[in-house]
Amino acid sequence: MLKQIEGSRAVAEAVALCRPEVICAYPISPQTHIVEALGELVKGGELSPCEFINVESEFAAMSVAIGAAAAGARSYTATASQGLLFMAEAVYNAAGLGLPIVMTVANRAIGAPINIWNDHTDVMSQRDCGWILLFAETNQEALDLHIEAFRLAQALSLPVMVCMDGFILTHAYERVDMPSQEQVDAFLPPFDPRQVLDPERPVSMGAMVGPEAFMEVRYLEHVRQMRALELIPGWAEQFRDAFGRDSGGLMHAYRTEDAETIVVALGSVLGTIKDTVDEMRAKGDRIGVLGITCFRPWPANAVRDALAGAKRIVVVEKSIAVGLGGIVSANVRTSFAGHADTVHTVVAGLGGRAITRQSLAGVFASAAAGTLPPLTFLDLDHGLVERALARERETRHSGPVAEGLLRDVGLVAAKIS
Amino acid sequence: MFQIRIHGRGGQGVVTAAEMLSVAAFIEGHHAQAFPSFGSERTGAPVVAYCRIDDREIRLREPILEPDAIIIQDPTLLNQVDVFGGLRREGFVLINTSRTFEALGLGEFAAQFPPRHVCTVPATEIALKLIGRPLPNAALLGGFAAATGRITLESVSAAIREKFSGRVAEGNVAAAAESFAHVRREKEELDHAQAD
Repeated sequence: MLKQIEGSRAVAEAVALCRPEVICAYPISPQTHIVEALGELVKGGELSPCEFINVESEFAAMSVAIGAAAAGARSYTATASQGLLFMAEAVYNAAGLGLPIVMTVANRAIGAPINIWNDHTDVMSQRDCGWILLFAETNQEALDLHIEAFRLAQALSLPVMVCMDGFILTHAYERVDMPSQEQVDAFLPPFDPRQVLDPERPVSMGAMVGPEAFMEVRYLEHVRQMRALELIPGWAEQFRDAFGRDSGGLMHAYRTEDAETIVVALGSVLGTIKDTVDEMRAKGDRIGVLGITCFRPWPANAVRDALAGAKRIVVVEKSIAVGLGGIVSANVRTSFAGHADTVHTVVAGLGGRAITRQSLAGVFASAAAGTLPPLTFLDLDHGLVERALARERETRHSGPVAEGLLRDVGLVAAKIS
Repeated sequence: MFQIRIHGRGGQGVVTAAEMLSVAAFIEGHHAQAFPSFGSERTGAPVVAYCRIDDREIRLREPILEPDAIIIQDPTLLNQVDVFGGLRREGFVLINTSRTFEALGLGEFAAQFPPRHVCTVPATEIALKLIGRPLPNAALLGGFAAATGRITLESVSAAIREKFSGRVAEGNVAAAAESFAHVRREKEELDHAQAD
């Protein structure tokens, strides 16, 4: 059924269609509308049987999800930003225990300085925690990925994070096609966990494991993740047959045939990149874009094949490994047969900085001209940076960087473009 | 693609207006995308929300830099924010005010646009009368429908009823209808003046 609704609402309704039995959450912007909507659905009896548990922190949210999943309940939570960091220890435990929890991450920057806007720094901090990580390009894909995530989680006994860009998707009203309960029930089998706490058949979950078997536990976790690479493409086809649209899969290629420049990115920025690619194609530029839907496990072979014909790669990423550069691009370099120098990192959109077609077209054109540096910060205000550096040279006691920059900009309220 | 930017202050329903506008366009079978410029969620602070309407899927996620229409919910923003930034030459302007463009000091500015594209409507007064609260957002959407012809008043009313219910919905529907009539009258007077 077609609806014009907020992204958060769309995800909440999709999660409800997956029949979670326990939802626990602690509100944090920009995730709040998702769990608020689910709370209403539980309270109104539309999502039943399901227990909605208000917890005192994100650490508690993940801990309750772990307990609920261990007790045999299909479990869901959602968070963002500092909330994800606060639950980090439990996030690793959920993966190590092999519990099929699904969590939405409404991607947002990490402080300090405190910033509520979108980027991918939060999820990238947990990229190697053992969860499967899926990234949504649109609100339609965000809701579809949740249905696929619940199936993936229980098939592999692994937790799955569905990442959607905070505000840009969570707070955007757009058209979505909401599946029916019957469609979701036909795609997603009833919950049948591999391990359950049952007084009749006692087991120990979370046993201490020493050097004699710890490596093997991790190895099996890795093997299970890699199995997702085999399952996901087939399930994406099944999803297309059942729901009539392409959502999920390992990745989406757009106009990459004969492309000399291939842009790689994750999440909602792909839409703006596709529009930019269309404009450049119309002028005769041979450019395409590869959207990565499944970031963990990393689809190395599929990415290698998709990039094989390109002369150069431009990775547009909303996160930075401080002291290294790109995170996504470091992954891409492992899957590109060309010279490492031909993979360019463009760090963009940190803390909600708008990513425009004009700026993207500029870096893509300089990549094609061979003038794009290995690492670029899109629309960085160089004048602002120079003033801060000058201040530091002039005086030892130059004070807090953030305050100085805000004073230079001349406003305290945030600027969006 | 038709792009609308709405300027107002926190508490005036700026974000809700963009959302309802997208619902109205959806009802008419269009693709629509509404999103806020996040952050300034304080009452009284300048707030911007955006709406794109197209007949194919909208992929673009950048803020609206070159709008086809601008709705200004609070005329006190005129001296504070670059509300007209990037407005296209054939664009539309709708300001919530009981004053004229001349009285607002915008006479010369307004003259640059097609005369039927620049409109005013006393939406706050209409809202006070029909809703009992100074919330001009729904009323302005009625004015927008009359000013641009991009959506019908019926779709605006349906979108309002989707967002609100009961007395609040009906008050806002009535306010949208009165604003619609006001702007239409404004344009008719202009036609008569030109005919004379």
